[in-house]
Amino acid sequence: MDINKKYTPQSWPDHPETATMEGKNKFVGFWLLLAAESVTFASLFATYLALKDKGPSGMEFTAAGLFELPLVFAMTMILLTSSLTSVYAMYHMKNHNFKSMQAWLAVTVLLGAAFLGLEIYEFNHYVHLGFGFTNSAFSSAFYTLVGTHGAHVVFGLGWFIALMVRNAKRGLNTYNAPKFFLVSLYWHFIDVVWVFIFTVVYLMGVIG
Amino acid sequence: MSSIAKKSGFGATVWDYITSVDHKKIAILYLISGGLFFLIGGIEAMMIRIQLMKAGNDFLSAGTYNEVMTMHGTTMIFLAAMPLLLGFMNAIMPLQIGARDVAFPFLNSLGFWLFFFGGIFLNLSWFLGGAPDAGWTNYASLALASESHGIDFYALGLTISGFGTLISGINFLVTIINMRAPGMTYMRMPLFTWTTFVASALILLAFPPLTIAIFFMVFDRMFGSHFFDVAAGGNTIIWEHLFWIFGHPEVYILILPAFGIFSEIFAIFSRKRLFGYTALVFATILIGFYGFMVWAHHMFTVGLGPTANAIFALATMIIAVPTGVKIFNWLLTVWGGNVSFATPMLYAVGFIPSFVAGGVTGVMQAIAPLDYQLHDSYFIVAHFHYVIVGGVVLAIFAATHLYWPKMFGTMLSEKLGKITFWLFFIGFHLTFFIQHFLGLMGMPRRVYTFGANQGWDLFNAISSVGAIFMALGVIIMLVNIVLTTIKNERVGNDPWGDGRTLEWAIPSPPPFYNFAQTPLVRGLDTYWIEKMEGNKEGMIYAEPLGDIHMPNNSFIPVVMSFGLFVASFGALYHPDGYSWTIPVLVIGLLITFGSMLLRSLKDDLGFHIHKEDLIKDREGVKTDGHK
Repeated sequence: MDINKKYTPQSWPDHPETATMEGKNKFVGFWLLLAAESVTFASLFATYLALKDKGPSGMEFTAAGLFELPLVFAMTMILLTSSLTSVYAMYHMKNHNFKSMQAWLAVTVLLGAAFLGLEIYEFNHYVHLGFGFTNSAFSSAFYTLVGTHGAHVVFGLGWFIALMVRNAKRGLNTYNAPKFFLVSLYWHFIDVVWVFIFTVVYLMGVIG
Repeated sequence: MSSIAKKSGFGATVWDYITSVDHKKIAILYLISGGLFFLIGGIEAMMIRIQLMKAGNDFLSAGTYNEVMTMHGTTMIFLAAMPLLLGFMNAIMPLQIGARDVAFPFLNSLGFWLFFFGGIFLNLSWFLGGAPDAGWTNYASLALASESHGIDFYALGLTISGFGTLISGINFLVTIINMRAPGMTYMRMPLFTWTTFVASALILLAFPPLTIAIFFMVFDRMFGSHFFDVAAGGNTIIWEHLFWIFGHPEVYILILPAFGIFSEIFAIFSRKRLFGYTALVFATILIGFYGFMVWAHHMFTVGLGPTANAIFALATMIIAVPTGVKIFNWLLTVWGGNVSFATPMLYAVGFIPSFVAGGVTGVMQAIAPLDYQLHDSYFIVAHFHYVIVGGVVLAIFAATHLYWPKMFGTMLSEKLGKITFWLFFIGFHLTFFIQHFLGLMGMPRRVYTFGANQGWDLFNAISSVGAIFMALGVIIMLVNIVLTTIKNERVGNDPWGDGRTLEWAIPSPPPFYNFAQTPLVRGLDTYWIEKMEGNKEGMIYAEPLGDIHMPNNSFIPVVMSFGLFVASFGALYHPDGYSWTIPVLVIGLLITFGSMLLRSLKDDLGFHIHKEDLIKDREGVKTDGHK
């Protein structure tokens, strides 16, 4: 693999993310990592459901009383949109249109950061109400599940930014195409997990 | 290995190993550190048997006994058996599928160093205020009540080494999916590669629940959460579920590679194609699949109710079917074969009755009502030692003899090997067979002593004598390794003379690029096919001789793992209220994530070995082989 090889949209392979052996390996390996991540979140969800609304006797906080849907709905839409913009970025990556890809990645990062900001606001709000990490088994399970997702968002944002800055001057080649592809895959995964969090934690929390 | 060591200084060799991304060198690192932890775990086992040698013994205090017993189990499972098996997987699996290395050489090195620092961290507990003392299962109700930092060392150490194992699992899966030589279809893969594949899939899906459970433990003990704290709404059974959702597949993560090793041995030393190869493959997959559906059989007495107990009892009994399929396949492989009883074959033959005994007692415990009687008694101790020692440890010893020449280019002494086998085999049955009866007589597991009036003296004394035999066997094996290394008689490609798979077609030890030309695989037991057709080269090639692309060595994996090691100290001492703990935690994580970033930003394109050098190397190797 020659890292200095320049591509044109005509010479650019149909599947740049798996054009090299390294790319193929990363592609399969990352899907497997996502399998492990799925089990990780499954364990967190199971624990959350077991400990939902459980606390010391006389605990005032329950899911139904605590969560408010408008803010969380806005967060959900923002994150879903960021997943869509990362798809646009990959579309341009496959067409070897580096500038458009970077632009859509930047939009994705901004949306991700907005989501993160709202999540920090939400957590801060709960803590001020007295619902801290050490409040009850329920609060521990809630912050660990949603916080682990939040930590994934932070890691994903850092990953996006590192790749965008590192490759800003040299454009796309078959060495960095798999990297861009993987981070967008990771971003979709984060999005899917959030859909489950929105459903299981917030919707089911408010309804019953 | 030794030729390089002679050329460069000792320091350069050590540096080469520390930074190496070569699967064969990482295998040796796994073998050395896994072997070291095996000796530590063995010493702990001997301390247990000395304490229980007679009634009312005071060799260990009750508290120390709990620590020794906990560390024996934890060390043997996580720091000895798994790394030793990972070592053999690393050394042999890429060779068996005709690959030049694993899919992610850098991650391979990272996996090792995470395991290593995790293991060191866990064992530092001995010197820093006391080891964990809640048993290797670390049940939350016990663990939360433990006052020393032992449990914290357990939780953080296993988190670090667990990440390493997960990374290795992903790496092996991708290697087997993507890196097989042309013609190496899935149904032509040697059994050891197959079992590595299934065990890696189990690692992939079983380790995350353990990591999550341990994180809960870390949060509960160090950061004030209440996952297991009943008074604040928590639930200690969550730990038991998550632990056993990991813990039962873990048993198969250990035993499946052992099955793979024995499958290779039965075929080689019976000079016969494996009987029922397809059935063996599907039995392996089935065992892996069922392995995830039986975890609650460790929790029959928890009170999950008769329905749950009945389902898990039935699921557990089903596993005996594919395992029985395997046993009969091995027996029929030997039947009618031209059998030679070299040391690996002795272990394989000794394995069958030992493991069947462990399996039968396992099915007994699958009967939930009977389990209420057997639970928490020495019967359980006997059962799982029959499975783990009679299966996994015998396989590790067998593989040590079988693959030593491939890894180091010289044969372990057969004479000393057979002495080790007999001492260890007799000692093993002497130690553990009688423990079944101790259990039936009512002796509970994990007790530090017993009274003279309980009638358990004689059987415990016999058990302790057996342990001495096992220790002698291991010591003779160490002597064997030292003597063999000093003598250093070089051997050729196929030292056992009956190798069937690709690893025996290349020099011992293989050159660092393994295959100068990628082989073309024409069937199961590809090297055997070529030999039978009179092919002097031992393989045919899928490509002309050309430049080979290889990865660069890297020091980053060590730094990355060291960062987590540092961060763990910050977390560990956090509840003591020192002001330096959070900064240390942050600095450690910065080291880890910083080196991760460095790895991402720095292009690491590897290097090429040129065709001319390969030709020179090949001539050199040929003359070496004739000596």
